[in-house]
Amino acid sequence: MYSEKVMDHFQNPRNVGVLPDADGVGEVGNMRCGDIMRLYIKIGKDETIEDIKFQTFGCGAAIATSSMITEIVKGMSLAEAEKVSNRQVAEELDGLPPVKMHCSNLAADALKAAIANYRENRGASS
Amino acid sequence: MQSVYLDHAATTPVREEVFAAMVPYLTEKFGNPSSLHALGREARRDIEEARGRIARELNASPQEILFTSGGTEADNIAIFGAVAGSKKPGKHLVTSAIEHHGVLHPFQALESRGYRLTVLPVDKYGLVDPGELEKVLSPETILVSIMQANNEVGTIQPIQELATLTRAAGALFHTDAVQSLGILPIDLQELPVDLLSASGHKLYGPKGIGFLYRRKGTKLGPTAFGGAQENSLRPGTENVAGIIGLARAVELAVAEQAETSKRLIYLRDKLIAGLTALPQVTLNGHPRLRLPGNVNVSVSRVEGESLILRLDLKGIAVSSGSACTSGALDPSHVLLAMGLNHQAAHGSLRLTLGRSTTEADIDYVLQVAPGIIEGLRQMSPIVD
Ligand SMILES: Cc1ncc(COP(=O)(O)O)c(C=O)c1O
Ligand code: FES
Repeated sequence: MYSEKVMDHFQNPRNVGVLPDADGVGEVGNMRCGDIMRLYIKIGKDETIEDIKFQTFGCGAAIATSSMITEIVKGMSLAEAEKVSNRQVAEELDGLPPVKMHCSNLAADALKAAIANYRENRGASS
Repeated sequence: MQSVYLDHAATTPVREEVFAAMVPYLTEKFGNPSSLHALGREARRDIEEARGRIARELNASPQEILFTSGGTEADNIAIFGAVAGSKKPGKHLVTSAIEHHGVLHPFQALESRGYRLTVLPVDKYGLVDPGELEKVLSPETILVSIMQANNEVGTIQPIQELATLTRAAGALFHTDAVQSLGILPIDLQELPVDLLSASGHKLYGPKGIGFLYRRKGTKLGPTAFGGAQENSLRPGTENVAGIIGLARAVELAVAEQAETSKRLIYLRDKLIAGLTALPQVTLNGHPRLRLPGNVNVSVSRVEGESLILRLDLKGIAVSSGSACTSGALDPSHVLLAMGLNHQAAHGSLRLTLGRSTTEADIDYVLQVAPGIIEGLRQMSPIVD
């Protein structure tokens, strides 16, 4: 039921793990099935995403979309990264089965949460 | 790559002997059993003979076997039929929280039509307490339906006791034996059930065929309308080849039951011991009152679908009660009824053994599972 690309990202997820010196951390839960994703971002100069890592407790689609979003936004400016939608992530994976579309929200929402957290942290420290 | 099928509770392959018995009925012996000519009479004779053979294996009589399109239809005819045939003024129905949807959903449909439904709870092993049943039985009760063995966790219910209590209260007792027929010994002269459902594809017969056992004198009303086949309780031209295959499958399963059971229990217990020796892997279901081929564990901090997919990539076919694997995105109602929390249900894994299962299969699973579990845990944001 999954595309080859989904299976590739599921089998060999990119950027798995924790960034101990992250500038922003976003964690979201999936209201539909109870799954969880945590995303860590390290911000470099010109507000670009210098490094990114994720941890996901979820289905194949959740893991693949997590992995895919880290690939898409790595090196992007925050302004660009914020515009990445769950639909775009799904498209990059050559689509998701209809019942699994909601899983891609996890990745896009975790990224937004991580960026918001980064802005909060920066606001607090300056 | 090794290929290990451990999903026998989902379905089984058709046995060679069963297939061979069916082939003539798909080709030259294609007659409609309702036809008066020789081809039709031959089909009629052979399905009646098949009915007799199934009855003999279960110590029942041929008129008590009613062919259906499978377990779900047998459940539906039993439940709606018992209600339609009831002369009682009462409108009370009883079932358990861990039934297959083939039973649970018909009862819920009846509840929405004004019947009073009691859903009995289960303990942490998935067992129904006969004392709980006794408390809710009343002269109003029409039907009690409790499965003989559960498809997810393999728990075997005290059907003898539950059926005896129900009979004493003057209500009908139905059991879904789809997972247990041919796997546990069944003698219908001993077991006081009025109705029992079975399905071909769980016992190395074809899909789309099953039967409902209806004890003599048990009144069922019609639930579907058409021809007069199967006492007008299951109208429609009979699945002749399926019936022939089913009879052969039942005979073989019953003949080999004791031996298969012994072999599978050994393999099952080895797999359970190996898996539960891993950190934070726990057994779901009862350690002893359990189907010979059923293993169900919860793996903490890991989601079931990703476990299934990773095992599949290693050639191992299993299933899970995870919310992510259900179309409705709800975790298994069976595991939740047993008191597991959402996360434990999410990380559940069912491995069901069968005829083809060898010790080498079990060893292979125990060799690859730890690495897969560890890999997924490293990816998990959940800490203990
Ligand atoms: C306990 C139980 N009841 C009923 C069914 C449904 O049987 P069938 O697939 O023949 O409709 C199954 C299997 O899916 C089952 O495990
Ligand atoms: S994360 Fe649960 S279905 Fe995808």
